[in-house]
Amino acid sequence: MSATLSEATPASFVPHPIRLTLNGSVRELQVLPWTTLLDLLREQLDLVGSKKGCDHGQCGACTVLRDGKRINACLTLAVMCDGAELTTVEGLADGDELHPMQRAFIKHDAFQCGYCTPGQICSAVGLANEGRAQGSAEISELMSGNLCRCGAYNNIRDAIEDALPLCQQTGGES
Amino acid sequence: MNPFRYSKPDTLQAAVELSSANSRFIAGGTNLLDLMKENLTRPEHLIDITGLPLADLSETPSGGVMIGALVSNADLAWHPWIERRYPLLSQAILAGASPQLRNMASTGGNLLQRTRCYYFYDASVPCNKRSPGSGCPARSGLNRIHAILGASEQCVATHPSDMCVALAALDAVVHVLGRGGPRTIEFADFHRLPGDAPDRDNQLADDELITYIELPPAGFAEHSHYLKIRDRASYAFALVSVAAALELDGPVIRQARLVLGGVAHKPWRDRAVESWLVGQAVSRETFTAAADALLQDAEPLAHNGFKVKLARRAIVRALSEAALVGGTAR
Ligand SMILES: Cc1cc2nc3c(=O)[nH]c(=O)nc-3n(C[C@H](O)[C@H](O)[C@H](O)COP(=O)(O)OP(=O)(O)OC[C@H]3O[C@@H](n4cnc5c(N)ncnc54)[C@H](O)[C@@H]3O)c2cc1C
Ligand code: SF4
Ligand code: FES
Ligand code: FES
Repeated sequence: MSATLSEATPASFVPHPIRLTLNGSVRELQVLPWTTLLDLLREQLDLVGSKKGCDHGQCGACTVLRDGKRINACLTLAVMCDGAELTTVEGLADGDELHPMQRAFIKHDAFQCGYCTPGQICSAVGLANEGRAQGSAEISELMSGNLCRCGAYNNIRDAIEDALPLCQQTGGES
Repeated sequence: MNPFRYSKPDTLQAAVELSSANSRFIAGGTNLLDLMKENLTRPEHLIDITGLPLADLSETPSGGVMIGALVSNADLAWHPWIERRYPLLSQAILAGASPQLRNMASTGGNLLQRTRCYYFYDASVPCNKRSPGSGCPARSGLNRIHAILGASEQCVATHPSDMCVALAALDAVVHVLGRGGPRTIEFADFHRLPGDAPDRDNQLADDELITYIELPPAGFAEHSHYLKIRDRASYAFALVSVAAALELDGPVIRQARLVLGGVAHKPWRDRAVESWLVGQAVSRETFTAAADALLQDAEPLAHNGFKVKLARRAIVRALSEAALVGGTAR
């Protein structure tokens, strides 16, 4: 699906105004109903950190946080995010200070090509917010929504295990 | 994805009145948008129901639990009432999809997710479920993931939900609201067998909205188990799954529920086997006999004969786990 605002559309299909908090700033936008959140981020807002791996909910590369919960942006309509608070990988750092989860990914070399990484990191922050994972087996199970074609799973798991206590202390909210 | 009109009603009545044959309700969107991206369904109008007041759980006068249709799969699985009183349901939900999808997916939408038959998902081939009368390439084609029970000449698809297998075992009741008013549907009657109308997955009419799923008080919290067998350890649909729940008096079975997922067009519940189990003693022989009885009419296709063996072993294991370990050991 690649429909954007510039595409010719019948008059009855009007853009809808939405208002959301994106990485801390309030944004007022016009979106066509069939625009996914992932396409809004990447095509209209130039936030290309969130990746399109499969576009079908199968890989997790598009994972972002909506009201602190991890979701797949590819299976979310932008128009349905009206009023939401969204955080993408671009919004995790505090100025020049990386998020503890980002630091742990670097420390543990938790990527090879890096394509899955933004989704992995957002998903891991969502995992921390949930506060459910205890120990590496549960981390693996609760990170199963993020595939890594390079197979960096062991380092990803180690990074998350390392960062979880830090994230949970700070409440994990980006 | 085709262009469509979008509305977001804030009352149940308004949602129902907006609906038509060419509209769809959208909740989590995790199945509907997936299908729309493949042009397998092309609604003219999406009715966003996420503003409706259906996102809570409440207790019923009889001591059961009423689950709003918009409660997310994650919130439901991790709700303290469900974890404690209906662990079978928690286990089944957590065995399905991914954490992201469970955050998005709704209770109502989970019931209405469509089959994962690969021919159904491929718009370039015929499929009786997608275009009635066009044929069923799965019957003579690749049918490793297809049904072994209750299939028809026209369709051999399976229902993919894990949550529904547990809801069937727990005797849930589906509450719906249509233009003609509200009605309730017993879970066992909600989904259909394909018969000669495989395009219809369930009994819901176009204008009907699922409002609540009601759980009766009996949660089988002491002795239940959900076992899911799949091609990889996580994030895959069931080849076979079993929801087993027992009420025991010492070694003697007082009540039994046994439902299979991944083997039929709906969660497969066999009440004759459940009744036979009552009064039997917990043993491997009892459970094996139950499995054999349940599977005696299985009709495997060219590539899914393994499911009969797999289901037999899975039933025995799930019942044994339910009897011995209990469902609270999550
Ligand atoms: C990659 C992937 C893996 C998955 N793995 C599993 C798995 O292992 N096990 C499993 O069980 N599921 C699995 N799922 C399916 C997932 O659980 C369903 O897609 C989800 O439960 C659907 O809920 P939803 O709210 O997103 O529905 P939507 O997509 O919003 O809607 C689905 C259908 O239900 C209708 N609808 C929704 N709510 C209502 C209502 N209240 N009343 C009337 N109609 C309504 C819609 O019109 C639509 O036709 C997987 C999905 C994906 C994408
Ligand atoms: S099994 Fe059913 S869904 Fe699959 S191709 Fe045949 S008719 Fe279509
Ligand atoms: S791009 Fe969204 S899950 Fe793959
Ligand atoms: S690092 Fe390459 S896909 Fe994960």
